[in-house]
Amino acid sequence: MHEMSIVADLFTIIEEQARKSGATRVTKVKVLIGELSGVVPELFRSAFHSYKKGTIADKARLEIKVTKIKFKCHGCGKEITAKNIMDESFSYACPFCGSKDMELISGRDLYLEKLEIETS
Amino acid sequence: MDSKRKEVLVLEDILGSNKKIASSIRQKLLEHQILAVNLLSSPGSGKTSLLEKIGQKLQEKYRVGVIEGDVETERDAERIRKIGLPAWQITTHGACHLEAKMLARIFDQIPADLDFLFIENVGNLVCPASFDLGESLRFVLLSVPEGDDKPKKYPEAFITSQVFVLTKCDLLPYLPFDRERVVKEALEINPRLSVFQTSAVTGEGMAELCAFLESELEKRRVKNA
Repeated sequence: MHEMSIVADLFTIIEEQARKSGATRVTKVKVLIGELSGVVPELFRSAFHSYKKGTIADKARLEIKVTKIKFKCHGCGKEITAKNIMDESFSYACPFCGSKDMELISGRDLYLEKLEIETS
Repeated sequence: MDSKRKEVLVLEDILGSNKKIASSIRQKLLEHQILAVNLLSSPGSGKTSLLEKIGQKLQEKYRVGVIEGDVETERDAERIRKIGLPAWQITTHGACHLEAKMLARIFDQIPADLDFLFIENVGNLVCPASFDLGESLRFVLLSVPEGDDKPKKYPEAFITSQVFVLTKCDLLPYLPFDRERVVKEALEINPRLSVFQTSAVTGEGMAELCAFLESELEKRRVKNA
């Protein structure tokens, strides 16, 4: 359960952005969570809602978008979006050329995409 | 006073501050030509035993230091000091992983003339995988008693590592463990993994692992010369 320490870093960014934009309140926070980031969206959500108390975002809603795992195949150069890497049937082979030499290019990311704020 | 609502596009990496500290650590390690290895595994997989073995062997020729990450106690650092190596203990007091800022706090104590710096992460096959520490190489360890089905159950640790060390291989005759299956699964997830099969009891695989580490060190030094 490392979601709480990631949420603490998220709030550092939220508070800095809110200050820069002259926000009096943050009403919505949208984050992108990579499917292979090691972060569990539901745990992230509960960590967010307990952390937000007493901050500028204490009434904020949290929107989570889970981003897909993408591989680049070194066999044919194509990009492959993996439906579910945790699925037993996922073969870790390129569906176009069969190569097993695939490199993970996205799916590990954790981003604060946008905020909805109120200004006076 | 009327309040106005608006959207602010941020697009900032939430782990950005960790990555920034990690890259400054990586820069310092590069300047001092230190090869740093971050070791990941569940508790009890034999990270400290592996370090005792390879530390003893490497210190015949090289300067070796160890950072020990644990939730509590100095026990692992004491084990490492017993074999004559400098060790620095980081206790996280509850946190399930090491972060770059924890390393940064003790980094001034690390001698600049080290050749190898081993960072033993908190025993946990999940959370430490998300945090870059500025390491040169990441090792994932799995011990035979844990079972041969683990790589696909914990893919992030295997995907983000360069080396997979199977430990406690001396127990293979006693357990229903399919060595080929575990190696095949690990390589399916990450075909670039170097694989080592070891035992801290019999010493199996330790010479190969040390030779690999030496060659990685020399490779980097030639490249940066």
